Amino acid sequence: MSQINRLNSKGRIDCDSPINFTYNGRQMQGVAGDTLASALLANGVNLVGRSFKYSRPRGIVGHGAEEPNAIMQIGSGAATVPNLKATQVELYEGLESASVNGWPSVNFDLMSITGWFGRMMPPGFYYKTFMYPAKLWMTYEHFIRKAAGLGSAPVQDDPDHYDKLNQHCDLLVVGAGPAGLVAAREAARAGARVIIADEQNEFGGSLLASTNSIDGQPATSWVDELVAELNGFSNVQTLPRSTVFGYYDHNFLGILQRRTDHLGISAASGSRQRLHRVRAKRVILATGAFERPLVFAHNDIPGVMQASSVSTYINRYAVAPGQRMVLFTTNDNAYQTAIDWHRTGRALVAVVDSRPAPNGQIVQEVKDLGILVIAGSAVIEAQGGKRVKRALIAPLNADGTEITGAVQKLVCDLIACSGGWSPAIHLSSHTGAKPVWDQAIIGFKPGKSVQQERSVGACGGTYSLADCIAEGASAGAEAAKLVGCGDGAVHFPMPQVEEYSEQPPQALFLVPHTKATSRAPSQFVDMQLDVSASGIELAVREGFKSVEHIKRYTAMGFGTDQGKLGNINGMAILANALGQSIEQTGTTIFRPSYSPTTFGAIAGADVAGLFDPERYTAVHRWHQQQGAEFEDVGQWKRPWYFPQSGESMQDAVNRECLAVRNSVGILDASTLGKIDIQGPDAAEFITRIYTNSYLKLAPGKCRYGVMLKEDGMIFDDGVCACLGDNHYLMFTTTGGAAGVLAWLELWQQTEWPDLRVYFTSVTDHWTTATITGPNARKVLAQVCDDIDLDQDAFQFMDWRDGTVAGVQARVFRISFTGELSYEINVPAQYGRYLWEALIAAGEEFDITPYGTETMHVLRAEKGFIIVGQDTDGSMTPADMNMDWVVGKNKSFSFIGKRSLQRSDSVRADRKQLVGLKTLDGTQVLPEGAQVVFDPQQAIPMSMQGHVTSSYYSANMGHSIALAVVKGGHSRLGQTVHCPLADGRTIAAEIVSSVFYDPKGERQNVQ
Amino acid sequence: MLLIHCPHCREDREEEEYSYSGEAHIVRPLEPEALSDEDWGDYLFFRKNPRGIHHEMWYHAVGCRRYFYATRNTLSYEILETYKVGEQPQVRAQGAVQ
Amino acid sequence: MKKYSGFSLFKNALSYHENWQNLWRSPKPKDDYDVIVVGGGGHGLATAYYLAKVHGITNVAVIEKGYLGGGNTARNTTIIRSNYLWDEAAQLYELSLKLWEGLSQELNYNVMFSQRGVLNLGHNLQDMRDIERRVNANRLNGIDGQVVTPERIKEIAPLINISKDCRYPILGASWQPRGGTARHDAVAWGYARGADALGVDLIQETEVTGIRRKNGAVVGVETTQGFIGARKVACVTAGNSGVVAAMAGLRLPVESRPLQALVSEPVKPCLDTVVMSNAVHGYISQSDKGDLVIGAGVDGYNGYGQRGSFHVIEHTLQAICELFPAFSRVRMNRQWGGVVDTCPDACPIISKTSVDGLYFNCGWGTGGFKATPGSGYVFADTVANDHPHPLAAAFNVDRFNTGALIDEHGAAGVAH
Repeated sequence: MSQINRLNSKGRIDCDSPINFTYNGRQMQGVAGDTLASALLANGVNLVGRSFKYSRPRGIVGHGAEEPNAIMQIGSGAATVPNLKATQVELYEGLESASVNGWPSVNFDLMSITGWFGRMMPPGFYYKTFMYPAKLWMTYEHFIRKAAGLGSAPVQDDPDHYDKLNQHCDLLVVGAGPAGLVAAREAARAGARVIIADEQNEFGGSLLASTNSIDGQPATSWVDELVAELNGFSNVQTLPRSTVFGYYDHNFLGILQRRTDHLGISAASGSRQRLHRVRAKRVILATGAFERPLVFAHNDIPGVMQASSVSTYINRYAVAPGQRMVLFTTNDNAYQTAIDWHRTGRALVAVVDSRPAPNGQIVQEVKDLGILVIAGSAVIEAQGGKRVKRALIAPLNADGTEITGAVQKLVCDLIACSGGWSPAIHLSSHTGAKPVWDQAIIGFKPGKSVQQERSVGACGGTYSLADCIAEGASAGAEAAKLVGCGDGAVHFPMPQVEEYSEQPPQALFLVPHTKATSRAPSQFVDMQLDVSASGIELAVREGFKSVEHIKRYTAMGFGTDQGKLGNINGMAILANALGQSIEQTGTTIFRPSYSPTTFGAIAGADVAGLFDPERYTAVHRWHQQQGAEFEDVGQWKRPWYFPQSGESMQDAVNRECLAVRNSVGILDASTLGKIDIQGPDAAEFITRIYTNSYLKLAPGKCRYGVMLKEDGMIFDDGVCACLGDNHYLMFTTTGGAAGVLAWLELWQQTEWPDLRVYFTSVTDHWTTATITGPNARKVLAQVCDDIDLDQDAFQFMDWRDGTVAGVQARVFRISFTGELSYEINVPAQYGRYLWEALIAAGEEFDITPYGTETMHVLRAEKGFIIVGQDTDGSMTPADMNMDWVVGKNKSFSFIGKRSLQRSDSVRADRKQLVGLKTLDGTQVLPEGAQVVFDPQQAIPMSMQGHVTSSYYSANMGHSIALAVVKGGHSRLGQTVHCPLADGRTIAAEIVSSVFYDPKGERQNVQ
Repeated sequence: MLLIHCPHCREDREEEEYSYSGEAHIVRPLEPEALSDEDWGDYLFFRKNPRGIHHEMWYHAVGCRRYFYATRNTLSYEILETYKVGEQPQVRAQGAVQ
Repeated sequence: MKKYSGFSLFKNALSYHENWQNLWRSPKPKDDYDVIVVGGGGHGLATAYYLAKVHGITNVAVIEKGYLGGGNTARNTTIIRSNYLWDEAAQLYELSLKLWEGLSQELNYNVMFSQRGVLNLGHNLQDMRDIERRVNANRLNGIDGQVVTPERIKEIAPLINISKDCRYPILGASWQPRGGTARHDAVAWGYARGADALGVDLIQETEVTGIRRKNGAVVGVETTQGFIGARKVACVTAGNSGVVAAMAGLRLPVESRPLQALVSEPVKPCLDTVVMSNAVHGYISQSDKGDLVIGAGVDGYNGYGQRGSFHVIEHTLQAICELFPAFSRVRMNRQWGGVVDTCPDACPIISKTSVDGLYFNCGWGTGGFKATPGSGYVFADTVANDHPHPLAAAFNVDRFNTGALIDEHGAAGVAH
């Protein structure tokens, strides 16, 4: 099909650069500078979709972000994008587009529900039906869901990536129409750092489609000069194709920049879209206004368009979207569309003006062109199927509420409508400023600023071009002054603008019909969601009075256009139905996004591998080379186990466990948190934090400690060593390290600033290699000759400075396995070297690297707890059978101590840590299994505890488990039961939580 | 996203650098053991949670790692002042007891 | 109250829908009520409904400062499940779930409760231990649930990423088939219509400004429409509970925090179930309209502004793109925030107070919507009898003094 609606005029397009694209599989051609919408209209395509609820045919009505109907699926495969508005899609070679609704096609839609069936579906109909029989709801819903949605989400991973830029500026100007452009220029000249962003592909806003002249030249030339001037400032950043989608607290704004969408469906290189996170000292909102549609019967038939959009297609895109136009207006402004249309040479049937006696300058000019103006009348109904065929018009009374005479038919295929203008107050509304109704402009204006911002031009209710420019200039100068640039005076001379002086518009929110609203053909308010005037009146009839209720009951404004066209009419119709003013009725609150914003762009680069940092120890590569499986622990990747070829996980763990108990194993314990604590009051401080005392801990000695939150519950544990006078090293759990440091700093800084103590996180500074097992000393002796390793010279819970494999090291004789253990700490840059030296030294003892799983089994054999696994934030030291770690005679009431005496903390039947030994030792209880006393009881069962840790112990030759059981400490020897999901119930005996070497003699190996 | 002035760094920095640490000026009882369960529970859990002026604690977690106080309106989110631990707020809610 | 049905819809269509009844009256407040419910959200309306329906107490007013169901009822992500860890919470939420299962019929108002199931994902070994523990506990409490493998998760939600190569691979999930979503506004409207039909006065656009007491007992409330007497006052004001408590000289262990949510543009059905992940902080479902409905974690600071910080939204969408990489090209249509009242143990307060005749139901945090029917049911019982309903007893405010917390988030500690 050829471009039957393309005009010979110029516009902003390049007719010599054809662009091929497809629409619903059909090959078409547009030109450079087209949007998908202008190209479709040029090709004579106006029917572009089916409505959401009634599947009514819908056409293009607008030319920008306000478009409710022309919703497209763009591209295919992994890079497809649903729901783009054809009015905002720039044409590129090979673009694929498809309408999103209509089955089997948008032209022939079997789902179309018109007339009677449509009438069965008023707002809220689904609340009133599909209830009986109850069990059928899921079937009903299945069919409701079938009709859901517009376009389709991709089903493959996004091939593109996205990035972010954090920006700081003195002034962010939102919107590069006349007001925004001059504001940016004034501020820039005064020296302010300015960002100016606009949603469209080029700056100029409404002037891009304007026939006004400024300073005697076409408005677009004035824009071109101004943009060139702005680009000449080094302190100005211009961002076209950039939507300011949200205005947040403290003048933080989000801008979505579409970097490559105009070039192709996927970015060839670089990021597809960029999120600018802008912190602006001042903001000027110059976001313009939306033309208000007129609500009349069947105003949704393709061929009913916004008057300003018709002008835009003619002037900017050289497209006339029809053959015979009727212009329906309530104001002078839209007469420009009659003049523009007249210039195309196509038939202009009539201008229908609702005002009784329009006589403004432009009205006269239109009349002088010989165009028929029918005053005091309205289009009360459009007729036609997939395209307008006729407009029914009728005379109205003076206030536009009643039809006063006979209906006549005008044959036409295009009805251009203008009900006046509504300021685009969305961004100001995001800040929480409450919009105020202004009867003079028949619209809501931005409320009192609550952020450092000002609205100028049409979004502030100023519609004259000259006034917009003047306002923009003074706002730009003012903003600059407020950030300390310039004197606030406007520098550049005001341009001469030729424009008509306009007569007042008429407020006409619902065009009356010969039938009552409830019986008239649907008069649509919100096209995308099929909300009609009768629907709003019905909601009021059913008792809904709040504008928010109406919005929710009818879904008005919930579409992807967020009601940019329909909302004001809807609120006015509501106000009328309630018999109150629009002011009293108020407006709904606009929320971000101003227009839809790509998830991927909001997520930015922090996805996939960069979702969260991965932390590795210095030995990580070695672990990988050994084929270790890894476990996520907090952000760390820790070796979980080291399978040898053919080994299952259980095989590997059994082998590792036996190796430790029988010879020697080696564990990378570098991930444990390490906090260096210094200061004259360090011991006092630590003693207040831990449950036990460190006041008498001598240099060279270590002590195990537990810390509680103030509620008495265990929060972290670990060993703390005295490195020297006033110098300690605190080990924390791997996951708890950051929290513990913040915890120490909290108490020191806010509660005990008098204590002189300082904390430094040294977790990453050290590599910790733990060698453990009866041969551990022999291994260490091979690589260390300056520490006396004798059992009595270097005792359990001692630490020593020394040289290990030639590296200065701290060696801690502490143990999480119950075996003779040395935790060897060296600066991390020597970590891998030390590790390999220990592996070499241990070769003759078959030193075995082991991972966290074996570590867990070995410590469970000893009944050592893991905070976060055996505790869950509701466990006290006594619950863990660790009363011994609580200093009873500490003079200071350590953190959490008081809570241990609360009535609930001293209950006898608290859950307490015990061991469980399954009666059948081959059965391993699942971790998380619940414990009951009576397995025969009916559900709901009385649960008495749960299994926290459970393993097969190769050393014991049977399974072992730790559990917390109500009153467990006094239930040793009793049998409990774990009913499992697979129907089995496993019986187990409550035993001591220490399964292995209860006397702790394994430490004493010579 | 809030923009918060750290009184130690003397810089306006993004909220992402900080973590919120609850109501400010809650003093730990000097003799916890002398308190009833009720009074102790009050100290632990019960907070003013005002709609309006709130004195609260922030932690410049990825900055200077210092705790400090802010007076913030919990409705408008406006931060009226930040000040160091040990200092008293200049701005108080109407009717607040000094 | 005229009954709704397919037939009534048909009949009304014949008369161009000109004869539908009001869903509720708009009465002037009486001088005096047996019970005043402060707060006309879902929980407050449910409380009023059950007071009238179960306890025959119909001289009741619900006083709402804005419009019915306009607070968190209108702002949540509509997830319903009962697979909580601790017995006390699980039993309360399970009562609620059972009430949900008959609610459309009970109210003769289709709340569109859709049992399409809820997945709670596990991303590390400790997550999986916690999931096992919770599912086992649920099962023995008579609550449906199972632990499912990544392969099964993929069957349930085909677009989810179960690759082992991502930052936090999915190791498994709990699956509660009876969980799902409901149409949030309809719940408030259905309870409101039901309560109104039983004689409850629903008084909108009226703010309670004070709670009048005499000799330690409540005697009524001051409002923007003047004083209204009441023998009992039941406060169900969610994020504003602390403000209302202060009117009676009480403090609560709650803090009000912003909780944010967002929806995408409507897309064709591609996610049939609810998917939640605590570890990466995001949850998602798809509405019957086609929107992807996404919830974030709670913002860090106290706030009554019904909005939160943008970086929380960024983090949430990072999580969603982790779980569903295909959704990266879908677009956010709208974002908003609510004010949630959070308790230190992430469990609610349903309690008498030290003031006779004054009751509080608050502290639901992020879990309020799903509890709406159960919360109203046990709170009505507590108010009617001036004695805690058995399922409400554990949620007494005294637990913060005794230490008998029901620590629902305590179970989510990070291991070693």
